[in-house]
Amino acid sequence: MTCERVSQELISYLDGRMSAAERRETEDHLAGCAACRGRADEFRRIWSVMDELPVIEPSFGFDARVRQRVAAEPRHGWFAWFAPQARLAFSAVLLIALTVWVAKRPSSPGTPRTTGMAASTEQDFNAIQDLGVLENYDVVTKMDALSELIPSADQPTAKPDAEPTESND
Amino acid sequence: MLDVKAGDDSSFDFLLVKYRSPLVNFLYRMVRDRATAEDLAQDVFLRVYRARKEYIPSAKFTTWLFRIATNAALNSVRDNRHQRMQVSLDAPQGDEPESVPRELPAREMRIDEHLLERDRVEFIQRAIASLPEKQRAAVLLHKYEEMDYGEIAKILGCTEAALKSLLFRAYENLRVQLAPLVNPPAPQRAGEGRSS
Repeated sequence: MTCERVSQELISYLDGRMSAAERRETEDHLAGCAACRGRADEFRRIWSVMDELPVIEPSFGFDARVRQRVAAEPRHGWFAWFAPQARLAFSAVLLIALTVWVAKRPSSPGTPRTTGMAASTEQDFNAIQDLGVLENYDVVTKMDALSELIPSADQPTAKPDAEPTESND
Repeated sequence: MLDVKAGDDSSFDFLLVKYRSPLVNFLYRMVRDRATAEDLAQDVFLRVYRARKEYIPSAKFTTWLFRIATNAALNSVRDNRHQRMQVSLDAPQGDEPESVPRELPAREMRIDEHLLERDRVEFIQRAIASLPEKQRAAVLLHKYEEMDYGEIAKILGCTEAALKSLLFRAYENLRVQLAPLVNPPAPQRAGEGRSS
């Protein structure tokens, strides 16, 4: 075993965390190498000196302060299980509501229909509304008779093309 | 910790009582300030509590706990070092006249001073504090927390081989720093140095 190898494993040797074979090998090297043996002895003495460092105790109110801070943490009840899902659900509901609102919103007269499909859908819808009248064939055929009706006396006669009378006042 | 994860707050109390002292001591030796060490220890316990739901028992609880503590300590040390670096050596100190620059005492003087004061504890603390941060953490976890190499390596995020090398360098540094305590100078005999 070389000095370099002993240096790498010296801590393990001093800790007693070596296999029996490695330990024997290291001890053989230390027996013949004054430098490595001296370093090992000094490390042992350093560890002994380091044991003189006192152990301090946390101050009197330490536990209370930790407990206070822990108690101030937000508590999650059973509903916390839904916490991430709640945000997702809210977003989904918001999206659905927005979609419904946009779909139900009456289109303004000035708004041009941009797509052909939307225009044809509207025409179909109007046609369906007029179906009731169109299917009532009698009404349609008797429309000419209505024009021959004489207006009654108490009803004002509409003269759409009458000239306005000039007053002599 | 699994009981804490399950919502048992009394188990958190048990962890607090069991680990508060080693944690405060470790942090105190890392940052060398008791108030800061206690503040950091509180933060560590709070982080443990907050992370209880995500705790996965893949490693020992102490490994997890001291990993949080080590990171907290290293951040604190780095922050304080940054603040200290802003104090100029040329800046006037206290009541000294402005023309007198601050002087760093010679290393031999500091050792003599400490030996004369016989303040061995302070001397040891300073020697440990003089180590680079990662070496310091490795020594504290190895010497005082008596953790095995695998655990320390996980805490510091290195391999076991790298950790052994780190520990060897750290103890080599301490061998030099603590030499006056390990190999105290022989007392001078009466009449020594007198010319005959």
